[in-house]
Amino acid sequence: MAITAFTGAAAPTTNQPTRHGRIAFLLLLPGIAYLVLFFIVPLVSLVITSLEAPSTVYGAYVYGFEWQNYADVIGQYGEQIGRSFLYAVLATVFALLISYPLAYFIGVRMRSKPVLQSFLVILVIAPFFISFLLRTLAWKQILSDEGPVVSALKALSILGPQAHLTGTPFSVVFGLTYNFIPFMCLPIYTTLERLDLRYLEAGSDLYASPAAVFRRVTLPLSLPGVVSGTLLTFIPAAGDYVNASQEFLGGTSSTMIGNVIQSNFLVQLNYPAAAALSILLMAIILVIVGVYVKRSGTEDLL
Amino acid sequence: MTLQEGAVLSREVAREEQSGAPKARRSPFTLGRWLLPTYSVLALVFLLVPIVYTIVFSFNSSVKSNIAWRGFTFRNWFTVCDQPGVCQAFGNSILIGVTATVLATVLGTLIALALTRYRFRGRAAVNLLIFLPMATPEVVMGAGLAAQFLSAGIDKGIGTIIIAHTMFCLSFVVVTVKARASSLDPALEAAGADLYGSPTVVFWRVTFPLLLPGILAAALLSFSLSFDDFIITYFNAGAVNTFPTYIYTAATRGIPASANVIATAVFVLAIVAVVTSSVIGRMRARRLRPPG
Repeated sequence: MAITAFTGAAAPTTNQPTRHGRIAFLLLLPGIAYLVLFFIVPLVSLVITSLEAPSTVYGAYVYGFEWQNYADVIGQYGEQIGRSFLYAVLATVFALLISYPLAYFIGVRMRSKPVLQSFLVILVIAPFFISFLLRTLAWKQILSDEGPVVSALKALSILGPQAHLTGTPFSVVFGLTYNFIPFMCLPIYTTLERLDLRYLEAGSDLYASPAAVFRRVTLPLSLPGVVSGTLLTFIPAAGDYVNASQEFLGGTSSTMIGNVIQSNFLVQLNYPAAAALSILLMAIILVIVGVYVKRSGTEDLL
Repeated sequence: MTLQEGAVLSREVAREEQSGAPKARRSPFTLGRWLLPTYSVLALVFLLVPIVYTIVFSFNSSVKSNIAWRGFTFRNWFTVCDQPGVCQAFGNSILIGVTATVLATVLGTLIALALTRYRFRGRAAVNLLIFLPMATPEVVMGAGLAAQFLSAGIDKGIGTIIIAHTMFCLSFVVVTVKARASSLDPALEAAGADLYGSPTVVFWRVTFPLLLPGILAAALLSFSLSFDDFIITYFNAGAVNTFPTYIYTAATRGIPASANVIATAVFVLAIVAVVTSSVIGRMRARRLRPPG
């Protein structure tokens, strides 16, 4: 179920639309109107909010063209912005390193055992069915100072006696990686599961080493899955504020842009700053995604 | 080379491959043969550790905070709703999830039908509009909607959460149903029309039943997205608690074990549903397969 959703965008449309008419318009109207009203208009109102100037009343703002807001938030939160993208890239890379072999194992090696294969797929999507906040909190307990991981690492002298895992950049990236593995694994699995194994045979018949077959045949053919998986990981990871929140895995030195937006909007009621940061986050992501999709040559994904 | 010679030669080659070649080719793989399964099992264990932790701690005989293990008990399971707020939040989540799923599934299916079955101008723009919410970080959508509700003077509550959830589920419904609709064989509809079915009859008797698995999958996906959403919800919830916002706010003072109980129950139900549907699907596929 979830699988089709993640790679459906990359699936080619086989039967071309043949009829046209007013019906199409009627079918589109309600849904498109909904998205315009509750997706586009909010983005516009974010842009307007981001340019507002403070008024005399606390938490109230007046319309204006305060471009200074953007300069202010970049100056004030540049560190958190950079950190968010660094963490997101790290989490994406780690999630890919964990997910690709797993997806390959389930999608290619397990093909001869369909029952086991679908069982393993269910294990991969199992995290979707249990609250991700509770899973993250479970890691917090496991990685806590009294938890088994820290005591084991201390016994092995890998960690110093005063060291922590929770509240560090390590645990934030760890949490992000963990939370997005299913999102990375499923699209890759879907492309690998459809991969025609005869191409691999053809490769080795042409005297390619297994590594060369992988690099020249398997990897390019699974690229659409890798691209959607990395996007489904990178985008939400860059804006996440749960893992980096101090009640979860983060600390004061690992705050991400999501935390800053949240606290500005919901705690400090500094709506212009929160809006400016949101617009910046979205703009940076769109640029990165645009370049990435262009370079990976899978533009039909959009 | 005559035919026989060719046959003999190919038999020789085949024998050669059976005896020597496979061993030579297999030897560099022996490490790989064990490496990949081991790695995959470790990755799956990593994926499942917090799930097991959450389930196990639903049986913890905890007093206030459910952090240290204090012994096994079933008590939490019988006193789920004793903790103030947990069941209320859970009920809200169900109500919001069901409403948002119905709305998003209807709206999204209509769009998916238009995209797969009709030619129209502005198609690229529609596709982009569907893709954008999936490419926007949740915190941006959450802040945007909250800013909009703020400037429109709308009070946050269950209604605003439903509006937000319908919005982000919509794109996922379109993509899921579209994938199903574009894999349908157009010949089936043509056959329906050949048998004098009117377009309406063909749609309801042929197309819709074929689309139904995709629509159901989309609805399930919507519900699970809505049920587990925290970031957008937190921006638009006001004083209302959903199950995830309850956990988030309770995290500072310690999560009661009843949260684990609810999460575990939902998890078990969902897994049972998924396994059942996959077994049914397998049985149906076997029945439809032509004999022989």
